[in-house]
Amino acid sequence: MINNKLSLETYIELAQKENKALYEVMLEENAKEMDTAPIALQAKMQEMLQVMKESIDFGLTGVKSHSGLTGGSAKALTEAMKGPQYKSLLGPLAQDALVYSLAVAEANAAMGRIVAAPTAGASGVLPGVLFALKKHRKLSDIDLQKGLIVAGNIGIVIASRSSLSGAMGGCQAECGSAAAMAAGAAVSMLGGTPEQVGHAVAIVFKNMLGLVCDPVAGLVEVPCIKRNGGGAMQALLAAEMSLAGIKSFIPADEAIDAMKEVGDRMPCALKETAEGGLAHTPTALAWAKKYFSK
Amino acid sequence: MNLLDVIGPVMIGPSSSHTAGAVRLGLLAVSILGESPIKADIALHGSFAQTYRGHGTDMALLAGLMGWMPDDARIPEADIYAKQKGLQYNFATIDLGELTHPNTVRFNLEGVTGKKCMVTGSSIGGGQVCVTQIDDFPVELSGKLPGVLIVHQDRPGVIALVSGKLSEYKVNIAGMKVFRTNKGGTATMIIECDQMVSDEAIKALRAIKNVESVRFINNVL
Repeated sequence: MINNKLSLETYIELAQKENKALYEVMLEENAKEMDTAPIALQAKMQEMLQVMKESIDFGLTGVKSHSGLTGGSAKALTEAMKGPQYKSLLGPLAQDALVYSLAVAEANAAMGRIVAAPTAGASGVLPGVLFALKKHRKLSDIDLQKGLIVAGNIGIVIASRSSLSGAMGGCQAECGSAAAMAAGAAVSMLGGTPEQVGHAVAIVFKNMLGLVCDPVAGLVEVPCIKRNGGGAMQALLAAEMSLAGIKSFIPADEAIDAMKEVGDRMPCALKETAEGGLAHTPTALAWAKKYFSK
Repeated sequence: MNLLDVIGPVMIGPSSSHTAGAVRLGLLAVSILGESPIKADIALHGSFAQTYRGHGTDMALLAGLMGWMPDDARIPEADIYAKQKGLQYNFATIDLGELTHPNTVRFNLEGVTGKKCMVTGSSIGGGQVCVTQIDDFPVELSGKLPGVLIVHQDRPGVIALVSGKLSEYKVNIAGMKVFRTNKGGTATMIIECDQMVSDEAIKALRAIKNVESVRFINNVL
């Protein structure tokens, strides 16, 4: 398998040199690589956005997982926020990003149809950020398509330098990567420079490095669902800082490499095997025992 | 990895490696067998062995063996459909050693005409898969492109004859790996191609001296 290390800095420099938007150079590169027309790829992105929207709506109906362990929190949060006495801490945009990301993660746990972006376990982060920005910053479908192209290419770079799999790199590689992708997409959709996209990606990894993958009973439920909400918040935090002109001392490519190093050194018990972390707490073990004896 | 590997696939949850990747491994195993399976012994290694029930990995593997795609809404009930179809299956766990990818499965399949095949493959993240062994031969196959598996005697010129024949049939080689048991012994070539390889081309490959068998493997992604 050919696995050349790709570089986000290279994309950023290319965009700067050619005075193009980051999504533009990325789209051209993808179309060439995949032997297809840019317009066809954008249409494909629109299909993905449609499935994302449907998975948000499905999750918001209050679905429960097959195991019965999780579900209904996106709906419950939406209803709580509607209450007359409710005072939100996050504010409307972040609130919606949280609700949407939980909704998709709950739809996924309920064996609903989702877009694995980059993985199913972390599938809530991107839709959460994209659709909250669409609503509150009046973005168009085309803006979101472009955002998704930037997000996807950040993911491609991460995959080539590190991993997108919890079994290989822990949750930092899943929800961390999803948040980095969403942060980059947010910055680029809101008019940030290519360089600012890179800083947002780096800031996310700084804040999520070391996150382990410790699913209770090995199910993509606890803590995965709430971590999708957390990932969406980390993405907004990084985008906010980067758009304000705050830079990351460590460049994006190096932050991704650090994520790989941390993942490689992480013991297997903390990489999706359900043998450590939250999966190994008394509460988790007692529940798992009951579940597997069914 | 391309854009649609990262933004996608559209799939039934809950895990891209344990559910969608497992469907694809099932699909690829059937493509390698070359016919519908009637019997499947399925051995799971590593994280697959530990968490397959919770992720629906067993359902997903059966779905793939039945030719379903990763976004098929019937996946949660694949076992019921498999029984209806008369597909005999059995799940076990296996230890393939520390160097094996944690999400690995080994199928022993038997097809409708009695063909048998052993396929070992891993789900390497985000729904991507890699078949690493077919029967006793090491391979590397992603299922993204049509492939040709050639078993031959390790003699000078066989590789040149094979690639020459493929070029005659206008097939471009995207990737190629060659393995052998020992010098002058049995060797295998796994070739991923940009185009479909016609029956005629396969026949021509079989006619090459020192070639023992040629198997066409259709892409599943």
